[in-house]
Amino acid sequence: MIYRTNAMICTCTNCISNGALQVKDALEKEIKKKHLEGDVKVVPTGASGLCVNGPILVVQPEGIFYQLLTVEVVPHVVEEHFLKGRPVKSLMYVPPGEEAPIPNIRDIPFFKNQRLIALRNRGLIDPDEIEEYIARDGYRALAKALTSMTPEEVIAEIKKSGLRGRGGAGFPTGLKWEFCRSSPETPKYIICNADEGDPGAFMDRSVLEADPHSVIEGMTIGAYAMGGTQGYIYVRVEYPLAIKRMKRAVEQARDYGLLGKDIFRRGFDFDVDVFEGAGAFVCGEETSLIASIEGRPPEPRMRPPFPAQSGLWGKPTNINNVETWANIAVIINWGAEWFSQIGTDTSKGTKVFSLAGNINNAGLVEVPMGITLREIVYDIGGGIPNGKKLKAVQTGGPSGGFIPSDLLDLSVDYDRLQEAGAIMGSGGMIVVDEETCMVDMAKYFLEFTTSESCGRCTACREGLQAMHQILTNICAGQGKDGDIELLNELAPAVEDGSMCALGRTAPNPVLTTLRYFKDEYEAHINERRCPAGVCEVLIAYSIDPEKCKGCMLCVKSCPQGAITGEKGQPQNIDQEQCIKCGACREVCKFEAVIVR
Amino acid sequence: MTKLRPQDLDKIAQKVKRTMLLREGEGRMRVIVHMGTCGIAAGARTIMKTLLDEIEANDVKDVLVAASSCAGLCSREPMITVEAPDQPPVKYVDLTPDKVKEMFSRHIMGGEIVTAYALAQGSERML
Repeated sequence: MIYRTNAMICTCTNCISNGALQVKDALEKEIKKKHLEGDVKVVPTGASGLCVNGPILVVQPEGIFYQLLTVEVVPHVVEEHFLKGRPVKSLMYVPPGEEAPIPNIRDIPFFKNQRLIALRNRGLIDPDEIEEYIARDGYRALAKALTSMTPEEVIAEIKKSGLRGRGGAGFPTGLKWEFCRSSPETPKYIICNADEGDPGAFMDRSVLEADPHSVIEGMTIGAYAMGGTQGYIYVRVEYPLAIKRMKRAVEQARDYGLLGKDIFRRGFDFDVDVFEGAGAFVCGEETSLIASIEGRPPEPRMRPPFPAQSGLWGKPTNINNVETWANIAVIINWGAEWFSQIGTDTSKGTKVFSLAGNINNAGLVEVPMGITLREIVYDIGGGIPNGKKLKAVQTGGPSGGFIPSDLLDLSVDYDRLQEAGAIMGSGGMIVVDEETCMVDMAKYFLEFTTSESCGRCTACREGLQAMHQILTNICAGQGKDGDIELLNELAPAVEDGSMCALGRTAPNPVLTTLRYFKDEYEAHINERRCPAGVCEVLIAYSIDPEKCKGCMLCVKSCPQGAITGEKGQPQNIDQEQCIKCGACREVCKFEAVIVR
Repeated sequence: MTKLRPQDLDKIAQKVKRTMLLREGEGRMRVIVHMGTCGIAAGARTIMKTLLDEIEANDVKDVLVAASSCAGLCSREPMITVEAPDQPPVKYVDLTPDKVKEMFSRHIMGGEIVTAYALAQGSERML
């Protein structure tokens, strides 16, 4: 069947929750109604990246990008664009602060400034069709490795590429593979860590949903290099769509003999099973993950021995993150030299980030290492909404730290981020504006790690709780002299006394906010004041009589009836009755409501 | 299913190559069928169908087909425009399925402009 147009509709979890499946059904129905089913094919794809604006439809070959689709607009799109060839301007992307829409996806700055390796097939293939993956050079790297490279050569190539683990720690992948290969025991296990748990992070989910075969191919190449025979893809149970697509992909690969016995008739056996995670954040830690597959409670254990010597069932095991695996085939196809030209001295290639928080283009971006935070936030992310100022960028999730806006020209690579007190982590990137309280943010992340601590190590279990209590007190106006010093003393104790990365990195959000935003802590403690106007106990709402026009919009919005005054005259807020909900401030058109 | 050999990957890739080129927006030629109300009334949909059938019958992978609106000369519909890189576009008018088939084999496959059906070469200019 020959089609002139492919309507690529994003069916990632984000878009589905915004109604993408209903839009897809409506599209197919309308295309039939207009007798265009022989001309136009609707293709479901994985995430396109600009996730806040879903459901998203990209019409190829023209590359027209439509966003925020609804079932109601579908007949208009089909009639105007598919039948009469007139793209619908009102559904196109308009850059923040501008008026003219950008029709072509290739011209939108969000997409134009990215460099895709791990996400190379996003939006271009149907993840449920292995043939489409193969047509985009899929499984060629596996064929190349199996027919023309020895396992040692594969490892040498990965080492030469400079690829480092994309799950957070940034350990050199080739070296990790070499450790596993040189372990004498058999069988060896190959694991893909898809237990993505950081709040606001969805890089791995997106790769699994958009391009599951890239992970399978990477793992199979890894298995060949290390001598592995069985693989597990450990996907967190909260990702049902990723699990479904992954399982289907595994079956298709088995059907073609790309998994199983005698792959490509080269005498090499490898198979993969999809394992559904146990539902705790700590499962993403490698020794906990192994315990979880074995059927034990997910608790970390001391290392050494490292999994490369004694991992799953006590056998040599290699664990890499989803994004790491998705890079492998490209390195084998294009060569280590090509790959290592991208990035910086110590961080090669690209990194996928999920951009979230106070940013215009929230979504999934893949950028070369060494790009500055400024480029990510402003060129790709489109800046901060509502004309607010940027305050900080949080990288690395609950294990990471806050980087203040005056370090915006920092190069994004493993080492520079570490120097700044944050980490690359798995790629969460949360942008916060000037109306965010940094003490409150640190408290939020600590709340998360406190509740996700498995409780095995005392320092992590008790120490984090103690730190969280201090932050809660500070935010509640009960901070006291010595709190900052105590936090600074507790943090290294928690780090030193914890076995796994959860505890060893959990104090980072507190440490970085103390380092860059100490004045905010001091204002809370010494002046009983929240400079950002967030911590309820420490703030009071009042009305600026100069700015207030007496329109009484705020009077209507106040659930407490705490605002009084004559029409046309400045209004007044009764502090006794005010519950600090902020409703008056939201409705005021004259910015007359002040928070102090 | 039979077990794949390395060389089988090419065969599979060839089968879906047209779809992939289409999604990447790449082709050596682009044929635009003008499908305004006038074009559709004059039979543009049959023209579109004929074009797609020809592409399939000749197993052409690198020619893109697009719909576009009225070209401004409603009395000469159905009309198509053939675009190739570095060449002025060619407009064909008063088309029928047979004329499309002839144009397809001579122009798209053979690279020769069928002057008998062509209105003009080059595009209108805007200030």
